[in-house]
Amino acid sequence: MSLNIIVLAKQVPDTRNVGKDAMKEDGTINRAALPAIFNPEDLNALEQALRLKETHPGSTVTLLTMGLPRAAEIVREAIFRGADGGIVLTDRALGGADTLATSYSLAQAVKKFGKCDLILGGRQAIDGDTAQVGPQIAEKLGIPQVTYAEDILDVKDGKVTVKRRLEHGVETVVAPLPCVVTVNGSAADCRPRNAKRVMKYKYAASPSELAKLSEVAAAKVAANPDLNIAEWSAAFVEADPEQIGLAGSPTKVKAIENVVFTAKESRRLDNNDGQIEELVKELIANHTIG
Amino acid sequence: MTDRSRNSSKNSLQTTQSANAYFQSFITMSDKNNLIVYCEYDEGRVADVSLELLTKGRVLADRLGVKLEAVVIGDNLEGIEKQIFPYGADTVYKVEDKRLFPYTSNPHAAVLINLFREIKPQICLMGATCIGRDLGPRVSSCLHSGLTADCTALEIGDHKDPKTGKEYTELLYQIRPAFGGNIVATIVNPECRPQMATVREGVMKKEIFNEEHKGEVVNLDAKKYVSDEDFVVEIIDRHIEKSKVNIKNSPIIVAGGYGVGSKENFQLLFDLANTLGAEVGASRAAVDAGFIEHERQIGQTGVTVRPKLYIACGISGQIQHIAGMQESSIIISINNDPNAPINTIADYVITGDMEEIVPKLIKYYKKNSK
Repeated sequence: MSLNIIVLAKQVPDTRNVGKDAMKEDGTINRAALPAIFNPEDLNALEQALRLKETHPGSTVTLLTMGLPRAAEIVREAIFRGADGGIVLTDRALGGADTLATSYSLAQAVKKFGKCDLILGGRQAIDGDTAQVGPQIAEKLGIPQVTYAEDILDVKDGKVTVKRRLEHGVETVVAPLPCVVTVNGSAADCRPRNAKRVMKYKYAASPSELAKLSEVAAAKVAANPDLNIAEWSAAFVEADPEQIGLAGSPTKVKAIENVVFTAKESRRLDNNDGQIEELVKELIANHTIG
Repeated sequence: MTDRSRNSSKNSLQTTQSANAYFQSFITMSDKNNLIVYCEYDEGRVADVSLELLTKGRVLADRLGVKLEAVVIGDNLEGIEKQIFPYGADTVYKVEDKRLFPYTSNPHAAVLINLFREIKPQICLMGATCIGRDLGPRVSSCLHSGLTADCTALEIGDHKDPKTGKEYTELLYQIRPAFGGNIVATIVNPECRPQMATVREGVMKKEIFNEEHKGEVVNLDAKKYVSDEDFVVEIIDRHIEKSKVNIKNSPIIVAGGYGVGSKENFQLLFDLANTLGAEVGASRAAVDAGFIEHERQIGQTGVTVRPKLYIACGISGQIQHIAGMQESSIIISINNDPNAPINTIADYVITGDMEEIVPKLIKYYKKNSK
């Protein structure tokens, strides 16, 4: 049985490597100082999809991402690692979306895509850590969800068997297709880029990217359907303007603060044996340790 | 026993209309809209995180002048309310069916969606557990209500929309670090109900409200809230593995950050922890770097701890980490950088290389303890 698999992915600022210049003087985020990366758990999801493609000949893996036009970068990255192609859902009207508006928009794109058997995605994105979009897409599509997947064990007879990693143990569940599966960071790491695929697809580009190339180069890419990364607008996926972007978001950000801690009066010590021994003695004397 | 009728179908694709209808009917009866806590339980015990949320919920409900309600969904719920009432709940809704335990997404979501359409709570709180983080988004999507994950504080306050100038009173402020913990955001849901939030275990304090407090038990007929078709996902195997790590209850924690530098260097922290009878924790950066397992992560997206001594080694102190340890009684920060943010909340700051300082702590502890 061949499968049509959609992998949901997000291009995120690398919040794990925040340097001192990540915040501007006025307390807002200096996005330019943060590199944009493929959300780590989405790569775990991609690996699960690529494994299914290997065990189910004839299957397709399509990356779907919502974001700025530059998110075509992660589509290309997915293609280098083995995905068949991808779609960037991008539109100014989608900006400012909370998780609910995001999941509605992505669900519309999935409907537009048409027949698909499995929708995979990372458990959560590192810039928000909410883990909400996967289950919300499942609800919007009226299909089941399996969260915290560590391994997709089997797909057959219209059912998927998934091992889930929970706080206090593991669970194996069987869910009917189509369904949404969100994949944990504890799942297998994604395979690296394949050198042959990098050679073959390095010119793959979205219409926004083609617009920046010379006419000759653009025409060359446009002539090869394998190199086209699709770009879809809100209107193309028939999204209701009331349900997308800021307008479609029930949650509003009331305030953002760059937190200033109430400084305690700390005692400052150096890496000096006498001072460290004094500290240890003090902690023993007041029964903090020992 | 109260028999409640189900007033909506379970079909999930009718979301927007029903959500609007929900809100419309809500506005006219705002004095009856209570605060509800979804209570998790396992092996006959209500989860700590649910009791913590009831404790917080009691304070918020009093501030709003509404009832505190709880809902428990599962099997063998006999007497479960006795664990809940002391935390101040005025109503406990019980929905019992063999198939509702262990938890699966669709059936629990169906119960909450149908119950919320009926009783119209203004606030719903859930634990940010594997269950709460699976269930919350499904329910919020269907009801078109906003949901904020992993809140570190909840307050009631007013809000003025900066664009329309419309004023709202007594909204739930859902406060959480965001953007990898580099900022703290206050989120509100002005128009949609219920206002939903998840909170991690250990973030709120669990306190008995009144041992003698009694409320009403409402047994709901499961068949009216969940249909056979909701039971689509089958659990074929389940083992519980009790966690070997118990940082939450450890009185002393030795925690390492990215500055520890390697998996090998973490061994130094284990040595110190063994000497002091402590547990080893870590910041997210150290976990992401693969120095140590995720179970030991302290912070907004890990465990929240309140030990009597917290020794932070090579931890810079992102908000997301500090949110999970700032209530420690005594904090020692060991860092190369004299200006590491964590130093501002530390009682003792030792500036220098942790690879040298940690062995000294071990040496002088052994020398001076009996």
